[in-house]
Amino acid sequence: MRRAGFWIYGLLGAFVLGSAFPFYWSYLVASRDSGMLTERIPPLIPGGNFWANAQRVFDSVEFWKALVNSVIVAGAVTFSTVLFSTLAGFAFAKLRFRGRDPLFLFIVATLAVPTQLGIIPLYMSMADFGWVGGLWAVMVPNLVTALGVFWMRQYTLDAVPFELVEAARMDGCSMIRVYWHVCLPAVRPAAAFLAMFTFMTSWNDFMWPLIVLDAGNPTVQVALEKLQSGYYIDYSLVLAGTTLATIPILIVFVALGRQIVAGIMQGAVKG
Amino acid sequence: MSQTTARSAPSKSDIAVVPPRRPSPWRDRLSRLDVKASPYLYIAPFFLVFGVVGLFPLLYTGYVSLFDWELGDDNPVFIGFDNYVELFGDDQFYKTLTNTVSIFLLSSGPQIVIAVLLAALLNARLRMPTAWRVGVLLPYAASLVAIGIIFANLFGPNYGLVNSVFELLGLDRVDWQANRFASHIAIAIMVNWRWTGYNALIILAAMKAIPREIYEAAWVDGASPMRRFFSITLPLLRPTLIFVVVTSTIGGLQIFTEPKLFDAMPGSNNGGSTNQFQTVTLYMYQTAFEGQHFGYASATAWVLFLVILVIASLNFLLTRRLVR
Repeated sequence: MRRAGFWIYGLLGAFVLGSAFPFYWSYLVASRDSGMLTERIPPLIPGGNFWANAQRVFDSVEFWKALVNSVIVAGAVTFSTVLFSTLAGFAFAKLRFRGRDPLFLFIVATLAVPTQLGIIPLYMSMADFGWVGGLWAVMVPNLVTALGVFWMRQYTLDAVPFELVEAARMDGCSMIRVYWHVCLPAVRPAAAFLAMFTFMTSWNDFMWPLIVLDAGNPTVQVALEKLQSGYYIDYSLVLAGTTLATIPILIVFVALGRQIVAGIMQGAVKG
Repeated sequence: MSQTTARSAPSKSDIAVVPPRRPSPWRDRLSRLDVKASPYLYIAPFFLVFGVVGLFPLLYTGYVSLFDWELGDDNPVFIGFDNYVELFGDDQFYKTLTNTVSIFLLSSGPQIVIAVLLAALLNARLRMPTAWRVGVLLPYAASLVAIGIIFANLFGPNYGLVNSVFELLGLDRVDWQANRFASHIAIAIMVNWRWTGYNALIILAAMKAIPREIYEAAWVDGASPMRRFFSITLPLLRPTLIFVVVTSTIGGLQIFTEPKLFDAMPGSNNGGSTNQFQTVTLYMYQTAFEGQHFGYASATAWVLFLVILVIASLNFLLTRRLVR
């Protein structure tokens, strides 16, 4: 492998610029007024209107409520996904029980099932439960995912030494204590990645929340859509909302970038 | 107890029933119950959730599709396969199906090629490799809604940045909304923007797993870098490429958020004034939640399900054959 030269850095640099530009553009429009878009050559330096536009976002839709809702939903979904996935991953990787392998194969198969296509009956059942419009309807379908179970099982296989599990059993630990004191500490890196991944996925989820929630009780993504579907699109307003909704995730993303990249690459090899 | 099934790891990694330190009859029985029941308890949540919100709705979609079923209908009328008959004579359905496949081809094809090239670039010996990887992955942090809004703005027919740049370069403006093919390209660009870096990292991981000795042997034999790439790297990437292609097929054919947010008519589900970029999922959504025809929308969902199944298996076979 050669040391990278000018061309490689140049191409990669162009790629990263292209990756970052839409974020910058969003902030750029949000920091000016919509008039900028009518100029033939739009200015590429931010103006000073961002906070004024952000204020208008909060006046136009239930943005605070949306932020709180999204934190609640993504937080709860993340917690339960990590809990149930590590438990199931532990069982599939380290415990012996009848039907283990077919059941696991089944989970792998469900990875390929486009469950999004079942939303109509899902909506009908939610309506029957009277959950439409509430956060439960958004949280319950995502409490644990096949991807989470699969990912934790693959990681647990190598990460938890059998001797340790056996020793804990010898000492009279119950299964749940083996999970808690032996398995969980050993799989912490994978669980942390799963947590970040789940939080982002849940925060960015759109179609299902759009269907079951209404404008009065939205998540961030639904609120953004409502912002855009006004009678006339005021882009400095809409993109101010977009910027507000994206910045928290972007900060977390850059701060934890190393772990996220490592997680995706590990998942690729183990998968 | 020592026998293991074919797929499982050697029995060393399984737990046999290990007696606790001070066996008393009561504790013994409790412990055995613990060993027997715990695994099922731990995996139960997944099966419960998947059954209730995944499998059941998907199957029930098939049932609903046999009825004339409106929102809040207490007495839906059984109409057999009438919904399907109507669907197969529905011009809008064919239009949305064509749109979906066209957007899918425009996005997945270039995306895989660029992702492989990008992975090759990232595989060079770089300063600060992680920083470059994070940089390439940045779009992954954006929500589909954010992407839809930002790109709808960038591709705006009148004041969009893309058209301004075109004009600066002396090119003609393009109506990214009204022109059917142009709108597909714009939507495909959104998809590619978000997913190329992510897929590049997955491919990069697979590249890193290729043993160096193979390259060294090829180098000794005088194989050019091009030759090494096509004769070693690509074939060994096959399983990963198949994985990427199949997942992007399943996701790509259900595309919904991008076309919905791309529409210049705010809040519309039409996918453009003449449905020029309405996808099947968007059409299904419109039928169900705007028109409230649950039966017809369910039939649409089922047909799309079958289409995905067919195209995903086709892709699987194709990728296996092409990348040998």
